Amino acid sequence: MKFIHLFMVFFFIGAFSFGGGIAMLPLIFQMVQKYHMLSPEKFSDLIAVSQAVPGAVAPNAATYTGIEYAGIFGGILAAFSIALPSFVIVLLVMKFMGRYRKSRIVEGIFEGMRPTVIGLISAAVVFIAGTSIYRPAPFSVELIPLGIFMVTLILSGKFKINPIIIIIVMGTAGAFLCG
Amino acid sequence: MTKKDKAKELFVLFLAFFKTGFFTVGGGYAMIPIIQRVIVEEKKWLTETEMIDCLAVCQALPGAIAVNAATYIGNKRNGITGAAVATIGMLMPSVICITAVVLLLGALGQSTYISGAFTAIKASACGLITVTVFDMAKKVLRKPFHWTVALLVFIAIGIFEIMAVIPIILGGTAGIVYMAVKRKKTEAGGHQ
Repeated sequence: MKFIHLFMVFFFIGAFSFGGGIAMLPLIFQMVQKYHMLSPEKFSDLIAVSQAVPGAVAPNAATYTGIEYAGIFGGILAAFSIALPSFVIVLLVMKFMGRYRKSRIVEGIFEGMRPTVIGLISAAVVFIAGTSIYRPAPFSVELIPLGIFMVTLILSGKFKINPIIIIIVMGTAGAFLCG
Repeated sequence: MTKKDKAKELFVLFLAFFKTGFFTVGGGYAMIPIIQRVIVEEKKWLTETEMIDCLAVCQALPGAIAVNAATYIGNKRNGITGAAVATIGMLMPSVICITAVVLLLGALGQSTYISGAFTAIKASACGLITVTVFDMAKKVLRKPFHWTVALLVFIAIGIFEIMAVIPIILGGTAGIVYMAVKRKKTEAGGHQ
Protein backbone atom coordinates (compact mmCIF):
# COMPACT_ATOMS: atom_id res chain seq x y z
CA MET A 1 0.00 0.00 0.00
CA LYS A 2 2.83 2.37 0.87
CA PHE A 3 4.46 1.62 -2.49
CA ILE A 4 1.30 2.42 -4.44
CA HIS A 5 0.97 5.62 -2.46
CA LEU A 6 4.58 6.60 -3.22
CA PHE A 7 4.16 5.83 -6.90
CA MET A 8 1.00 7.93 -7.20
CA VAL A 9 2.35 10.94 -5.31
CA PHE A 10 5.64 11.13 -7.22
CA PHE A 11 4.09 10.33 -10.58
CA PHE A 12 1.74 13.27 -10.01
CA ILE A 13 4.65 15.55 -9.06
CA GLY A 14 6.60 14.46 -12.13
CA ALA A 15 3.67 15.22 -14.40
CA PHE A 16 2.75 18.63 -13.01
CA SER A 17 5.95 20.34 -11.92
CA PHE A 18 7.29 22.77 -14.46
CA GLY A 19 10.54 24.69 -14.46
CA GLY A 20 12.77 21.82 -13.39
CA GLY A 21 14.96 21.30 -10.34
CA ILE A 22 14.51 23.90 -7.67
CA ALA A 23 11.20 25.07 -9.13
CA MET A 24 9.86 21.56 -8.51
CA LEU A 25 10.63 21.62 -4.79
CA PRO A 26 7.55 23.62 -3.65
CA LEU A 27 5.18 21.06 -5.19
CA ILE A 28 7.23 18.22 -3.66
CA PHE A 29 7.06 19.92 -0.24
CA GLN A 30 3.31 20.43 -0.52
CA MET A 31 2.61 16.85 -1.50
CA VAL A 32 4.96 15.33 1.08
CA GLN A 33 3.32 17.39 3.82
CA LYS A 34 -0.20 16.78 2.62
CA TYR A 35 0.28 13.01 2.73
CA HIS A 36 2.42 13.03 5.89
CA MET A 37 5.27 11.15 4.25
CA LEU A 38 7.99 12.65 6.46
CA SER A 39 8.22 13.64 10.11
CA PRO A 40 8.80 17.40 10.65
CA GLU A 41 12.51 17.00 11.44
CA LYS A 42 13.11 14.75 8.41
CA PHE A 43 11.21 17.28 6.35
CA SER A 44 13.62 20.07 7.23
CA ASP A 45 16.50 17.79 6.16
CA LEU A 46 14.78 17.20 2.82
CA ILE A 47 15.64 20.66 1.51
CA ALA A 48 19.32 20.43 2.47
CA VAL A 49 19.76 16.87 1.29
CA SER A 50 18.13 17.36 -2.14
CA GLN A 51 20.38 20.25 -3.06
CA ALA A 52 23.66 19.23 -1.49
CA VAL A 53 23.98 15.70 -2.87
CA PRO A 54 25.04 14.78 -6.42
CA GLY A 55 22.21 14.17 -8.87
CA ALA A 56 19.22 16.13 -10.13
CA VAL A 57 17.34 17.90 -7.32
CA ALA A 58 13.87 16.43 -7.90
CA PRO A 59 14.95 12.77 -8.04
CA ASN A 60 17.09 13.43 -4.95
CA ALA A 61 14.09 14.74 -3.05
CA ALA A 62 11.99 11.81 -4.29
CA THR A 63 14.61 9.22 -3.28
CA TYR A 64 15.05 10.75 0.16
CA THR A 65 11.31 10.81 0.84
CA GLY A 66 10.91 7.29 -0.52
CA ILE A 67 13.65 5.83 1.68
CA GLU A 68 12.39 7.51 4.83
CA TYR A 69 8.82 6.51 4.04
CA ALA A 70 9.22 2.94 2.83
CA GLY A 71 12.88 1.85 2.85
CA ILE A 72 15.40 1.57 0.04
CA PHE A 73 12.94 0.09 -2.46
CA GLY A 74 10.67 2.99 -1.67
CA GLY A 75 13.54 5.32 -2.61
CA ILE A 76 14.16 3.61 -5.93
CA LEU A 77 10.45 3.50 -6.70
CA ALA A 78 10.00 7.22 -5.92
CA ALA A 79 12.96 8.19 -8.14
CA PHE A 80 11.57 6.24 -11.07
CA SER A 81 8.00 7.43 -10.47
CA ILE A 82 8.97 11.11 -10.61
CA ALA A 83 10.88 10.54 -13.88
CA LEU A 84 8.24 8.43 -15.64
CA PRO A 85 5.80 11.17 -16.78
CA SER A 86 8.51 13.33 -18.34
CA PHE A 87 10.06 10.23 -19.92
CA VAL A 88 6.84 9.59 -21.86
CA ILE A 89 6.24 13.28 -22.58
CA VAL A 90 9.79 13.89 -23.91
CA LEU A 91 9.50 10.89 -26.27
CA LEU A 92 6.10 12.07 -27.55
CA VAL A 93 7.27 15.66 -28.06
CA MET A 94 10.37 14.49 -29.94
CA LYS A 95 8.21 12.37 -32.23
CA PHE A 96 5.93 15.33 -32.87
CA MET A 97 8.90 17.66 -33.43
CA GLY A 98 10.49 15.27 -35.91
CA ARG A 99 7.32 15.48 -37.97
CA TYR A 100 6.84 19.26 -37.78
CA ARG A 101 10.46 20.39 -37.53
CA LYS A 102 10.22 22.44 -40.72
CA SER A 103 6.89 24.06 -39.88
CA ARG A 104 6.86 27.82 -39.35
CA ILE A 105 5.34 27.53 -35.89
CA VAL A 106 7.97 25.11 -34.56
CA GLU A 107 10.72 27.15 -36.17
CA GLY A 108 9.37 30.29 -34.52
CA ILE A 109 9.11 28.60 -31.13
CA PHE A 110 12.77 27.63 -31.28
CA GLU A 111 13.76 31.12 -32.44
CA GLY A 112 12.22 32.47 -29.22
CA MET A 113 13.16 29.59 -26.94
CA ARG A 114 16.91 29.61 -27.60
CA PRO A 115 17.47 33.09 -26.15
CA THR A 116 14.96 32.20 -23.39
CA VAL A 117 17.25 29.32 -22.39
CA ILE A 118 20.20 31.72 -22.19
CA GLY A 119 18.20 33.98 -19.85
CA LEU A 120 17.07 31.03 -17.72
CA ILE A 121 20.55 29.63 -17.28
CA SER A 122 21.97 33.06 -16.42
CA ALA A 123 19.26 33.44 -13.78
CA ALA A 124 20.18 30.00 -12.40
CA VAL A 125 23.73 31.24 -11.85
CA VAL A 126 22.39 34.07 -9.68
CA PHE A 127 20.29 31.58 -7.74
CA ILE A 128 23.12 29.12 -7.08
CA ALA A 129 25.43 32.03 -6.20
CA GLY A 130 22.86 33.01 -3.55
CA THR A 131 23.42 29.66 -1.81
CA SER A 132 27.20 29.76 -1.96
CA ILE A 133 28.93 33.02 -2.93
CA TYR A 134 26.71 35.58 -1.26
CA ARG A 135 23.90 35.71 1.30
CA PRO A 136 20.87 37.68 0.14
CA ALA A 137 19.48 39.06 3.42
CA PRO A 138 21.36 40.74 5.00
CA PHE A 139 23.61 40.98 1.96
CA SER A 140 27.13 39.69 2.51
CA VAL A 141 29.78 38.19 0.25
CA GLU A 142 31.69 35.04 1.19
CA LEU A 143 35.27 35.63 0.14
CA ILE A 144 36.58 32.07 -0.25
CA PRO A 145 33.64 30.89 -2.42
CA LEU A 146 34.03 34.09 -4.43
CA GLY A 147 37.69 33.22 -4.97
CA ILE A 148 36.71 29.68 -6.02
CA PHE A 149 34.22 31.17 -8.50
CA MET A 150 36.90 33.40 -10.06
CA VAL A 151 39.52 30.64 -10.24
CA THR A 152 36.91 28.38 -11.90
CA LEU A 153 36.18 31.09 -14.48
CA ILE A 154 39.87 31.17 -15.42
CA LEU A 155 40.46 27.40 -15.34
CA SER A 156 37.36 26.65 -17.40
CA GLY A 157 37.08 29.74 -19.59
CA LYS A 158 40.74 30.29 -20.41
CA PHE A 159 42.40 26.90 -19.96
CA LYS A 160 39.40 24.71 -20.90
CA ILE A 161 40.06 22.31 -18.00
CA ASN A 162 37.55 19.46 -17.72
CA PRO A 163 34.68 20.57 -15.42
CA ILE A 164 34.74 17.22 -13.62
CA ILE A 165 38.35 17.77 -12.59
CA ILE A 166 37.55 21.34 -11.51
CA ILE A 167 34.66 20.10 -9.35
CA ILE A 168 36.83 17.46 -7.66
CA VAL A 169 39.66 19.92 -6.94
CA MET A 170 37.35 22.70 -5.70
CA GLY A 171 35.29 20.31 -3.59
CA THR A 172 38.44 19.01 -1.90
CA ALA A 173 39.74 22.52 -1.33
CA GLY A 174 36.36 23.62 0.01
CA ALA A 175 36.25 20.79 2.55
CA PHE A 176 39.19 22.40 4.31
CA LEU A 177 38.71 26.08 3.44
CA CYS A 178 34.93 26.59 3.58
CA GLY A 179 34.07 24.37 6.56
CA MET B 1 25.33 -3.92 -35.97
CA THR B 2 25.66 -7.08 -33.90
CA LYS B 3 23.93 -7.58 -30.59
CA LYS B 4 27.24 -7.21 -28.79
CA ASP B 5 28.01 -3.84 -30.41
CA LYS B 6 24.55 -2.66 -29.55
CA ALA B 7 24.95 -3.67 -25.91
CA LYS B 8 28.33 -1.96 -25.78
CA GLU B 9 26.90 1.24 -27.24
CA LEU B 10 24.11 1.26 -24.67
CA PHE B 11 26.62 0.71 -21.88
CA VAL B 12 28.66 3.71 -23.09
CA LEU B 13 25.45 5.75 -23.11
CA PHE B 14 24.63 4.63 -19.57
CA LEU B 15 28.11 5.48 -18.29
CA ALA B 16 28.08 8.93 -19.91
CA PHE B 17 24.91 9.90 -18.04
CA PHE B 18 25.90 8.13 -14.85
CA LYS B 19 29.07 10.24 -14.84
CA THR B 20 27.11 13.40 -15.67
CA GLY B 21 24.65 12.72 -12.83
CA PHE B 22 27.42 12.18 -10.31
CA PHE B 23 28.98 15.55 -11.01
CA THR B 24 25.69 17.43 -11.08
CA VAL B 25 25.74 19.13 -7.70
CA GLY B 26 23.48 22.04 -6.80
CA GLY B 27 20.62 21.49 -9.22
CA GLY B 28 19.89 20.55 -12.81
CA TYR B 29 21.66 23.56 -14.28
CA ALA B 30 24.96 22.38 -12.84
CA MET B 31 24.65 19.52 -15.29
CA ILE B 32 24.88 21.78 -18.35
CA PRO B 33 28.70 22.30 -18.30
CA ILE B 34 29.21 18.54 -17.79
CA ILE B 35 26.85 17.61 -20.62
CA GLN B 36 28.55 20.20 -22.80
CA ARG B 37 31.92 18.57 -22.07
CA VAL B 38 30.97 14.86 -22.02
CA ILE B 39 28.19 14.70 -24.64
CA VAL B 40 29.03 17.57 -27.02
CA GLU B 41 32.85 17.83 -26.92
CA GLU B 42 34.02 14.31 -26.00
CA LYS B 43 31.36 12.02 -27.49
CA LYS B 44 30.15 14.46 -30.16
CA TRP B 45 26.61 13.07 -29.88
CA LEU B 46 25.09 16.53 -30.31
CA THR B 47 26.22 19.80 -31.87
CA GLU B 48 26.14 22.87 -29.66
CA THR B 49 22.99 24.18 -31.34
CA GLU B 50 21.33 20.79 -30.93
CA MET B 51 22.16 20.91 -27.25
CA ILE B 52 20.60 24.36 -26.89
CA ASP B 53 17.47 23.05 -28.65
CA CYS B 54 17.49 20.04 -26.34
CA LEU B 55 17.64 22.35 -23.30
CA ALA B 56 14.85 24.51 -24.72
CA VAL B 57 12.58 21.47 -25.09
CA CYS B 58 13.55 19.94 -21.74
CA GLN B 59 13.02 23.19 -19.89
CA ALA B 60 9.57 23.68 -21.39
CA LEU B 61 8.32 20.24 -20.33
CA PRO B 62 7.43 19.07 -16.82
CA GLY B 63 10.06 17.18 -14.83
CA ALA B 64 13.69 17.66 -13.87
CA ILE B 65 15.70 19.26 -16.67
CA ALA B 66 18.70 16.92 -16.20
CA VAL B 67 16.51 13.82 -16.40
CA ASN B 68 14.60 15.17 -19.40
CA ALA B 69 17.89 15.90 -21.16
CA ALA B 70 19.01 12.31 -20.55
CA THR B 71 15.76 10.98 -22.05
CA TYR B 72 16.07 13.38 -25.01
CA ILE B 73 19.70 12.60 -25.86
CA GLY B 74 19.29 8.86 -25.20
CA ASN B 75 16.33 8.77 -27.58
CA LYS B 76 18.26 10.70 -30.21
CA ARG B 77 21.15 8.22 -29.99
CA ASN B 78 19.46 4.84 -29.61
CA GLY B 79 15.68 5.25 -29.68
CA ILE B 80 13.45 4.30 -26.75
CA THR B 81 15.96 1.78 -25.36
CA GLY B 82 18.61 4.50 -25.41
CA ALA B 83 16.22 6.89 -23.68
CA ALA B 84 15.55 4.36 -20.92
CA VAL B 85 19.25 3.54 -20.45
CA ALA B 86 20.30 7.21 -20.32
CA THR B 87 17.47 8.13 -17.93
CA ILE B 88 18.34 5.28 -15.57
CA GLY B 89 21.99 6.35 -15.77
CA MET B 90 21.00 9.86 -14.72
CA LEU B 91 18.78 8.61 -11.85
CA MET B 92 21.27 6.14 -10.38
CA PRO B 93 23.59 8.73 -8.78
CA SER B 94 20.58 10.19 -6.91
CA VAL B 95 19.56 6.78 -5.63
CA ILE B 96 23.11 5.77 -4.66
CA CYS B 97 24.11 9.07 -3.06
CA ILE B 98 20.88 9.62 -1.13
CA THR B 99 20.92 6.04 0.13
CA ALA B 100 24.52 6.53 1.25
CA VAL B 101 23.64 9.80 2.99
CA VAL B 102 20.70 8.26 4.85
CA LEU B 103 22.54 5.09 5.84
CA LEU B 104 25.98 6.48 6.62
CA LEU B 105 25.48 10.01 7.79
CA GLY B 106 22.01 9.85 9.25
CA ALA B 107 21.61 13.51 8.40
CA LEU B 108 23.56 15.91 6.28
CA GLY B 109 25.16 19.11 7.44
CA GLN B 110 26.68 17.60 10.58
CA SER B 111 30.13 17.51 9.04
CA THR B 112 31.74 20.88 8.36
CA TYR B 113 34.02 19.19 5.80
CA ILE B 114 31.08 17.99 3.74
CA SER B 115 29.14 21.26 3.92
CA GLY B 116 32.37 23.13 3.07
CA ALA B 117 32.94 20.90 0.05
CA PHE B 118 29.40 21.49 -1.21
CA THR B 119 29.61 25.25 -0.76
CA ALA B 120 32.83 25.23 -2.81
CA ILE B 121 31.30 22.98 -5.49
CA LYS B 122 28.29 25.26 -5.83
CA ALA B 123 30.51 28.35 -6.11
CA SER B 124 32.57 26.51 -8.70
CA ALA B 125 29.41 25.42 -10.54
CA CYS B 126 28.49 29.12 -10.87
CA GLY B 127 31.79 29.67 -12.66
CA LEU B 128 31.36 26.62 -14.89
CA ILE B 129 27.81 27.56 -15.86
CA THR B 130 28.87 31.16 -16.53
CA VAL B 131 31.54 29.97 -18.98
CA THR B 132 29.10 27.60 -20.71
CA VAL B 133 26.29 30.14 -20.98
CA PHE B 134 28.76 32.67 -22.36
CA ASP B 135 29.76 30.25 -25.13
CA MET B 136 26.11 29.48 -25.81
CA ALA B 137 25.20 33.16 -25.91
CA LYS B 138 27.85 33.83 -28.55
CA LYS B 139 26.12 31.27 -30.72
CA VAL B 140 22.48 32.16 -30.00
CA LEU B 141 22.34 35.94 -29.45
CA ARG B 142 22.87 37.22 -32.98
CA LYS B 143 20.13 39.84 -33.33
CA PRO B 144 18.64 42.53 -31.06
CA PHE B 145 15.52 40.34 -30.75
CA HIS B 146 17.57 37.55 -29.14
CA TRP B 147 19.32 39.92 -26.74
CA THR B 148 16.00 41.45 -25.69
CA VAL B 149 14.40 38.07 -24.98
CA ALA B 150 17.41 36.75 -23.04
CA LEU B 151 17.67 39.92 -20.97
CA LEU B 152 13.94 40.07 -20.16
CA VAL B 153 13.92 36.40 -19.12
CA PHE B 154 16.97 36.95 -16.93
CA ILE B 155 15.37 39.96 -15.20
CA ALA B 156 11.99 38.23 -14.80
CA ILE B 157 13.43 35.11 -13.18
CA GLY B 158 16.72 36.25 -11.66
CA ILE B 159 15.42 39.46 -10.08
CA PHE B 160 11.63 39.23 -9.86
CA GLU B 161 11.62 35.44 -9.26
CA ILE B 162 8.73 34.80 -11.62
CA MET B 163 7.92 31.11 -12.19
CA ALA B 164 9.97 29.79 -15.11
CA VAL B 165 6.93 28.52 -17.05
CA ILE B 166 5.68 32.02 -17.83
CA PRO B 167 8.84 33.32 -19.57
CA ILE B 168 9.10 30.00 -21.44
CA ILE B 169 5.59 30.34 -22.88
CA LEU B 170 6.08 34.04 -23.65
CA GLY B 171 9.51 33.40 -25.19
CA GLY B 172 8.12 30.76 -27.54
CA THR B 173 5.21 33.00 -28.51
CA ALA B 174 7.53 35.96 -29.11
CA GLY B 175 9.56 33.73 -31.44
CA ILE B 176 6.50 32.82 -33.51
CA VAL B 177 5.46 36.48 -33.81
CA TYR B 178 9.01 37.61 -34.61
CA MET B 179 9.41 35.06 -37.40
CA ALA B 180 5.99 35.92 -38.85
CA VAL B 181 6.78 39.65 -38.88
CA LYS B 182 10.20 39.02 -40.40
CA ARG B 183 8.68 36.85 -43.11
CA LYS B 184 6.12 39.56 -43.94
CA LYS B 185 8.89 42.15 -44.19
CA THR B 186 11.04 40.08 -46.55
CA GLU B 187 7.97 39.25 -48.63
CA ALA B 188 7.03 42.92 -48.84
CA GLY B 189 10.66 43.75 -49.68
CA GLY B 190 10.60 41.13 -52.44
CA HIS B 191 7.65 42.81 -54.18
CA GLN B 192 9.22 46.22 -54.43
